[in-house]
Amino acid sequence: MISFSQVYKRYPNGFEALKNVCFTLEAGEIALITGHSGAGKTTLLRLIAAIERPTSGSIIVNGQNVSALKGGAIPFLRRNLGLVFQDQKILFDRTVFDNVLLPLQISGFSSRAATGRVRAALDKVGLLSREKVRPITLSGGEQQRLCIARAIVNRPSILIADEPTSNLDPDYARDIMEMFLSFNQVGVTVLIATHDTGLLGSVRPRVFKIDHGRLAA
Amino acid sequence: MMGWFSHHVYAFAVAVKRLARAPLVSLLSISVIGIAFSLPAGIYVLLENLQSLSTQFSGAPQLSLFLSLDANEEDVEEIQSRLKQHPHVASFSFVSKDSALEQFKQGTGLADVMDGLERNPLPDAFVISARNSSPEALDALRAELANLPQIELAQLDSAWAKRLDALIKLGRAGVLMLAALLSFSLVAVAFNTIRLQILTMRDEIEVAKLIGATKGFIRRPFLYFGAIQGMVGGAAAWLIIFLGIYLTDQQLKNLMELYEMNFRLYHLSLEDSLSLLLFSAWLGWTGAWLSVANHLSQIEPR
Repeated sequence: MISFSQVYKRYPNGFEALKNVCFTLEAGEIALITGHSGAGKTTLLRLIAAIERPTSGSIIVNGQNVSALKGGAIPFLRRNLGLVFQDQKILFDRTVFDNVLLPLQISGFSSRAATGRVRAALDKVGLLSREKVRPITLSGGEQQRLCIARAIVNRPSILIADEPTSNLDPDYARDIMEMFLSFNQVGVTVLIATHDTGLLGSVRPRVFKIDHGRLAA
Repeated sequence: MMGWFSHHVYAFAVAVKRLARAPLVSLLSISVIGIAFSLPAGIYVLLENLQSLSTQFSGAPQLSLFLSLDANEEDVEEIQSRLKQHPHVASFSFVSKDSALEQFKQGTGLADVMDGLERNPLPDAFVISARNSSPEALDALRAELANLPQIELAQLDSAWAKRLDALIKLGRAGVLMLAALLSFSLVAVAFNTIRLQILTMRDEIEVAKLIGATKGFIRRPFLYFGAIQGMVGGAAAWLIIFLGIYLTDQQLKNLMELYEMNFRLYHLSLEDSLSLLLFSAWLGWTGAWLSVANHLSQIEPR
């Protein structure tokens, strides 16, 4: 469950990225955030993961008040979130397998238990056969799927993706979106920032439209 | 508990992997630490050896009592009876001027010279072993015996050992200062190595923070790295000293035999060796900790 109430975010230079944002996303829901670039989509997602803090207002994620979370508790919040970043943040100095392994190492899994989970995650995104290669040899779509595998390997209850289809051609983009839908069908709460509202086909999820920092009703 | 353990195993493994990934850099920093540390540790070893030499000789401190040349047999008997009754004298022996001259002739090969002298220049002497061998008690006894009649000189044979002792104490102070200075340089080496590592690993640290790594998780491999590097550096210092002893031991033995002394160099005791390793590991850890505390907080996810 994600709940925003009267959230404002103002940057030190005076720019107001978010103004009075209120919404609630129940557990197991799927929703899209749309809006022009610079509207505040990314800021909103970053507030959920406590990468940034709101200027005022409260943000509740899985019953925790993120806006009041102490620094030491933030890592444990993030372990319950699957994050797919706009700039991917793949580590190119290690194999596909090791990229997906990292969240499990951080959570303290033994290497045997972790290996099974990594393979399962890679299998879900169709990269199991590429586990030993370096990410640089993957296509754009495959790199995006690697990011998704890394986001879901911890089996988070919430999956958050920032423009996951922005650099992909339509076929790949549809694949990715279907993947998110399938996670949602097994109970994961999914929140995606995107331009392409048409990619979900017949499914009609909730859509939050942001315009200059305000949530349009 | 399991998680705690696996976290530490993981951090240790990562640290070793990082050391192995840049073997030349690791080798160089370990050598710097080893050489820096072998200096004070080596001098310490030398002092320990000298110390054992001084205790070897001053183990049974003796007082020599030289009578004046014009002392007659009555005087000798008088002193003899006093020494017998003295509570602090364990045992004593009398060396007459004639037997002293005999010994001198045999020991030095100067028999011809001595024969040419008109009269025996050597005095009668007593060699005394004290019951209490503490320096204070010996000094008191020496002062007391010097006041006996017809005594020319009362001399403590361990005086030179005391001088050596004082010299060793001075050396120790020097070693301590040297060790303190070079310890600081070890901390600096660890600090800089870790700083460079953090800079090159910016991306990894940022991603790890974004997907839920605690500060401890990110910090731990660096601390292990510093500690391991420090400890291996300490081991290198140990090896350098070992080599030094190995290479000079025979020559030293030959030299000392010329002085009719049995003197061999010994390496650090097991206890001291472990202290060296632990201390250098701790210094590496400290340097790493300082570096991490300074540089990790600068990397925040963007």
